[in-house]
Amino acid sequence: MSLSRADIENIARLARLELTEAEIPVYVDSLSKIFAFVGELDRAPTSGIAPMAHPLPGLAQRLRADEVSEPNRRDTYQQNAPQVEAGLYLVPKVIE
Amino acid sequence: MSAPAATVAALAKGLAAGEYSSVELTRAYLERIAAAQPALNAFVTITSEAALATAAAADAARAKGQAGRLTGVPIAHKDIFCTEGVRTTCGSKMLANFVSPYDATVVAGLRGAGTVMLGKLNMDEFAMGSSNETSFFGAVHNPWDTKMVPGGSSGGSAAAVAARIVPAATATDTGGSIRQPAALCGVTGIKPTYGRCSRYGMIAFASSLDQAGLITVSAEDAALLLGPMSGSDPRDSTSVERAVPDYTTTLGDSLEGLTIGLVKEFFDKGLDATNEQRIRDAITVFEKLGTRVREVSCPNLPLSVPTYYVVAPAECSSNLARFDGVRFGHRCKSPKNLLDLYCRSRGEGFGAEVKRRLMTGTYVLSAGYYDAYYLKAQRVRQLISADFAQAFQSCDLLFGPTSPTPAFPIGAKFDDPITMYLNDIYTIGANLAGLPGMSIPCGFVDGLPVGLQIVGPHFSEVRMLNAAHRYQQETDWHLRVPAAFA
Amino acid sequence: MEWETVIGLEIHAQLATRSKIFSGSATAYGAEPNTQANLVDLGYPGVLPVLNGEAVRMAVRFGLAIGARIAPHSVFARKNYFYPDLPKGYQISQYELPIVAEGALDVVLDDGTRKRIGITRAHLEEDAGKSLHEGLPGVSGIDLNRAGTPLIEIVSEPDLRSAKEAIAYMKKVHSLVRYLEICDGNMQEGSFRCDANVSVRRKGAEKFGTRAEIKNLNSFRFVEKAINYEVERQIEIIESGGKVVQETRLYDPDKGETRSMRSKEEANDYRYFPDPDLLPVVLDDSFIAGVKATLPELPDEKAARFVRDYGLSEYDAGVLTASRELGAFYEEVVRRVGSEPKLCANWVMGDLAAFLNKDNLEINESKVDAAALAGLVVRIVDSTISGKIAKDVFQAMWASGEGADAIIEQKGLRQITDTGAIEQAIEEVIAKNPGQLADYRSGKDKLFGFFVGQVMKATRGKANPAQLNALLKKKLAG
Repeated sequence: MSLSRADIENIARLARLELTEAEIPVYVDSLSKIFAFVGELDRAPTSGIAPMAHPLPGLAQRLRADEVSEPNRRDTYQQNAPQVEAGLYLVPKVIE
Repeated sequence: MSAPAATVAALAKGLAAGEYSSVELTRAYLERIAAAQPALNAFVTITSEAALATAAAADAARAKGQAGRLTGVPIAHKDIFCTEGVRTTCGSKMLANFVSPYDATVVAGLRGAGTVMLGKLNMDEFAMGSSNETSFFGAVHNPWDTKMVPGGSSGGSAAAVAARIVPAATATDTGGSIRQPAALCGVTGIKPTYGRCSRYGMIAFASSLDQAGLITVSAEDAALLLGPMSGSDPRDSTSVERAVPDYTTTLGDSLEGLTIGLVKEFFDKGLDATNEQRIRDAITVFEKLGTRVREVSCPNLPLSVPTYYVVAPAECSSNLARFDGVRFGHRCKSPKNLLDLYCRSRGEGFGAEVKRRLMTGTYVLSAGYYDAYYLKAQRVRQLISADFAQAFQSCDLLFGPTSPTPAFPIGAKFDDPITMYLNDIYTIGANLAGLPGMSIPCGFVDGLPVGLQIVGPHFSEVRMLNAAHRYQQETDWHLRVPAAFA
Repeated sequence: MEWETVIGLEIHAQLATRSKIFSGSATAYGAEPNTQANLVDLGYPGVLPVLNGEAVRMAVRFGLAIGARIAPHSVFARKNYFYPDLPKGYQISQYELPIVAEGALDVVLDDGTRKRIGITRAHLEEDAGKSLHEGLPGVSGIDLNRAGTPLIEIVSEPDLRSAKEAIAYMKKVHSLVRYLEICDGNMQEGSFRCDANVSVRRKGAEKFGTRAEIKNLNSFRFVEKAINYEVERQIEIIESGGKVVQETRLYDPDKGETRSMRSKEEANDYRYFPDPDLLPVVLDDSFIAGVKATLPELPDEKAARFVRDYGLSEYDAGVLTASRELGAFYEEVVRRVGSEPKLCANWVMGDLAAFLNKDNLEINESKVDAAALAGLVVRIVDSTISGKIAKDVFQAMWASGEGADAIIEQKGLRQITDTGAIEQAIEEVIAKNPGQLADYRSGKDKLFGFFVGQVMKATRGKANPAQLNALLKKKLAG
């Protein structure tokens, strides 16, 4: 399986990754190789086999009690934030 | 005090006997770390001051008679584990300045047991790599030959323990990231059963495969440290509610009657012949210890690498979407608009291999490809798991090589992703099936260590550690130290 | 050309849990920005979701109330897209295996007919945060307090054929979630809102037209206006030879129109896959039975009982069961009065409702409570006051907060039932109006009303109307 430059550009946009001009042919090449490689899966006989979403079979989700257990630690959490004002995280204008 | 020969078990005894204080021990290791750092680059962050303060507190606790068996023992954490108040980078430019406001459950468990954190260990960026060459903080070097890779992604952990600059280290394993570097550095590595240790605070790569574990000198050390980092965590829905045994009490049990399965598919044409000989030699030792050996087959196992390279990228493409330059992490300068903020922050913050996997994962989940890739891979995963389950019908543990070859030169495989991915061909199966796995040193090829892999059924850590320990009582491969660090 | 409108609604109801669906942060409305956003809500590296059991129970309550199938095994999935109010870059939702599937609700339309609206599914998911723009030139501010608030998304079949039907259905769901106490229904605060999928087709056509999805409608009025606008827009496009584009649109209440939302368009490849951080939600029969045991009487059951036990019309029963509180209020009045349930209904739906409406109060904020209203109705039933006087008494009760009896005493409104007193008043009125009396006797029957009015005036409205009528007739006849 071979991917085109346009494929890579589309995927990069969906993944929100800016690629440099130099990077694009590298990913065209390596992703094409990867998809050729994973194409091996086609030969596995999987009809009637359920997809395995979790490595341990038979486990069920635990349910938490509905309790407020978290104090406000906004100031600590926002120390890692690139840009905040009045407690808000700032981003370039969101246009809806 | 001779740090190089010391194991966690020996250090714990020395501390208990008052041969040295935790502060003395910590200072000695900090000196060794500083001396080795230029050659190995095993650490991203060294927390000397905090370490000495914790060590002093440990000594004070001991003086009051409040010491546990690990109180005052220095260790280090892979930089994938969040550590409160300490920079946690995950080997990435994206998190180069990220200070975690909380401790991972594993970190808190080991802290609670009295261990002293020396610092944060280098790793492949977001644990994506098998050679520790993808770290934003530079490659880690193999202490046995610094031109060689230490393996990855827990290359910092393995190199540091191999060079005896830390007595033991935490690590994580998504497709072999504990076992493969342990093999390449000649140390002991254990990846417990999926769900045995909490993933809370461990920066996610592929959630259904990631598991915390240890790199240590010996199986006994692993048994000592595994308890405090195991158990069900209310903050991790996938951690399993199951009692944690004392892994140390069964280490010496007899192996008489144990059946070892040699997985045919592990001994394939990709396995280096000299490497294979070391594995066969190790199996002879086990036979002497009273185990039976038989061959078994896991016919779908050869598909584990392509399966993994669909499932793991799919999960990581979603897990790493949170790095968007808004709440933490790298943010590009002067974004023109929202899209530009996302694309440039992520484009600049992630390295080449991470971007490759994010794109692979985005593609396999996208409209029109989900069934052909993601669902197909999850079905093959079911087949691989079933193969293991079948094998465990007739054997207690499965043995084989950890890695097809010993350590390779830095740069040798860096530009060829498929060749690099095939390094994990023997280790990935255990992750796909959620099984526990170990790698223990079993000899050398041309001066480079070889690892024996042990894979067990779910929650068979007791049996695996027991087998590894009995082997290590018969051999001294695990006690060998690279000459430059002796 | 005749057109048919086809509408399906996706209603988002915030579940009334104390803490968030996947974290222990508070869900209270109106806190300072980001003070109710913890590590999980912020999508910090390394954190994991843990499911709130109460959110699951609430979803099951809803499913049982609409006669749906409760999935014994449901799965959370990730819906992946980048947006600043979505901290993890994905929303945890349910996709292939929702917790509730295949239910229905009956709505009563304006013409009194009933229509069954299918509910395809209802699934659990987390709410997003908010982007704020005011007072921030060139930038937006992100508040993640709302991020992680539990939602149940209720997806209807495309069974609705007009904006009015859509509103009737939405009101029914609104009433139901409040009955079940799983959502406070506060639309101003965004606790209850919907997206509308709207399309048109030629009458009689089999295939659906291309639909537009109108996002985030947070009032009944906006839903109606947005749908009507959208229907007109689509018909205009088709009639002028164009084609409706499948897209997401936003309703602008200021302009009263919908417009294309380009920002959402580019990210429509959501790459759903099962969330590996959460395990399947497994609900056994005993869990479901446990939830069932706590269900209140549902609106339709209650309305049927009101018709049966109180002899109310279906319409009155429908009005009185629109909310659980109103039904309870009504029943409390009936219980205290002990008779005349129809009269009680008239008072609750008439004067009480009018005063509540005028002061913009909810039933539980009423200035006349059920006991007080019953006290008034009792005085009508025992003929202490007339129904007409009662209206004045009610107004005074509303204003002063005093009981009916106190007001009747203070104002001397007690009805005159003494035959002698009424006769005396009649005789005085007749004596003062000889002309009218002559006219009446010569056949002008209409003047009877004049005499009633004059006697009532003389007794300040307190004469018992029935007695007055009988006595007056006799006296006027001579």
